[in-house]
Amino acid sequence: MIEFNFGTVLAQWPMLLRGLGLTVTLTAFSALLGTLAGTACAWARLHGGPMLKRVVGAYVELVRNTPFIIQLFFIFFGLPSLGLRLSVEMASVLAMVLNLGAYACEIVRAGLQTTPRGQLEAAMSLALTPWQTFSRVVLPPALARIWPALVSQIIIVMLGSAVCGQISAEELSQAANLISSRTFRSFESYIIVTGIYLLLAIALRQLLYWVGPRFIFSSR
Amino acid sequence: MVQFSLWDIFTFLLGALRWTAALSLIAFIGGGLVGLGLLMLRFAKLRGAATAVAWYVQIFQGTPLLMQLFLVYFGLALLGMDTSPLVAAAICLTLYASAYLTEIWRGCVNAIPKGQWEASTSLALNFTQQMRHVILPQALHVAIAPTVGFLVQIIKGTALASVIGFVELTKAGQMISNATYQPFLAYIFVGLLYFALCYPLSWWSQRLENRRLA
Repeated sequence: MIEFNFGTVLAQWPMLLRGLGLTVTLTAFSALLGTLAGTACAWARLHGGPMLKRVVGAYVELVRNTPFIIQLFFIFFGLPSLGLRLSVEMASVLAMVLNLGAYACEIVRAGLQTTPRGQLEAAMSLALTPWQTFSRVVLPPALARIWPALVSQIIIVMLGSAVCGQISAEELSQAANLISSRTFRSFESYIIVTGIYLLLAIALRQLLYWVGPRFIFSSR
Repeated sequence: MVQFSLWDIFTFLLGALRWTAALSLIAFIGGGLVGLGLLMLRFAKLRGAATAVAWYVQIFQGTPLLMQLFLVYFGLALLGMDTSPLVAAAICLTLYASAYLTEIWRGCVNAIPKGQWEASTSLALNFTQQMRHVILPQALHVAIAPTVGFLVQIIKGTALASVIGFVELTKAGQMISNATYQPFLAYIFVGLLYFALCYPLSWWSQRLENRRLA
């Protein structure tokens, strides 16, 4: 009979808590910056010059067709040879922002493209500037339409941050690694941390579904 | 000190690429079979089956693949089984792929109009016959594009098998990086090889999607 010992692992709760804190912080930064970057890229792909469109397109395809772990390793281990040395946390956030930015770009673009023509004509007839039209007329309903997809992508990036432990960012998964080597209770450590991730994913979805309609786009 | 030419690095990485491809193929085929079984469970009128499958999907989609890998790796050891990284990675990625594929295919089955179910029921077809002759052939048509798209997801997922020590493309890149002290070059090569593997699939999936909607 296999004997489990969850108590030994749970006794290390300060470590779990610190890990959770960093995971949440990394996610908060990258969700915010990634969504902004994605929106900017979506705008560029629709309204930018031909050169800009091509550059952003290449970025999106490159990121979407390579694994996150390679992007992270490239930023953390590769960039120093260009003279850009980042801290573990900075490298993690940068990798997550670049990753989310590419996916969010395509998601937001899909939302922007479904704007009814009549709304653009209405905005034009009210003599709104292109920026006003984009930020007041086009973007909020587009965000409302693609919100569920965007939230799922943010959750995927949050779960992906587990990989940041591989460059020794002391987030949740790294806490599991440390606890497992300290207590020799690998399976229990990973079960507990996996459970925390699951709860975090469920809570994050609830939170973003609550925040979105109230603060980011007001749906009435 | 041994010098590695670019050609040495490239051929070493190409050799490792085979293992990425092999693991992806195992995960896709295994995941497809398990996923199809789960899909049947999802739609069969069995008590609790739909909820159980929904939880299965939620667990795999709500936790990091990396943690799933560790759990399978150490879980197999607890069960007294051989914990070769390949076996653990293959099992884990199969389960992971099955959860996603079930969910993707569920959407495709749901896209079939309800009238098709009703019509086939009124023809006195049983559940297996309905699925076999009426629903799945039509759902298959919808499912091809997202399924090809998900293959990209699986290939990228295999990169994490490097963490439990399976020598595929990512692990090979780490080894090259350590041996040559040229991480910049190593990870650019590795990234480009993944891109070469994934981009054609993304492109194909996109084309299938456009053709379907056209």
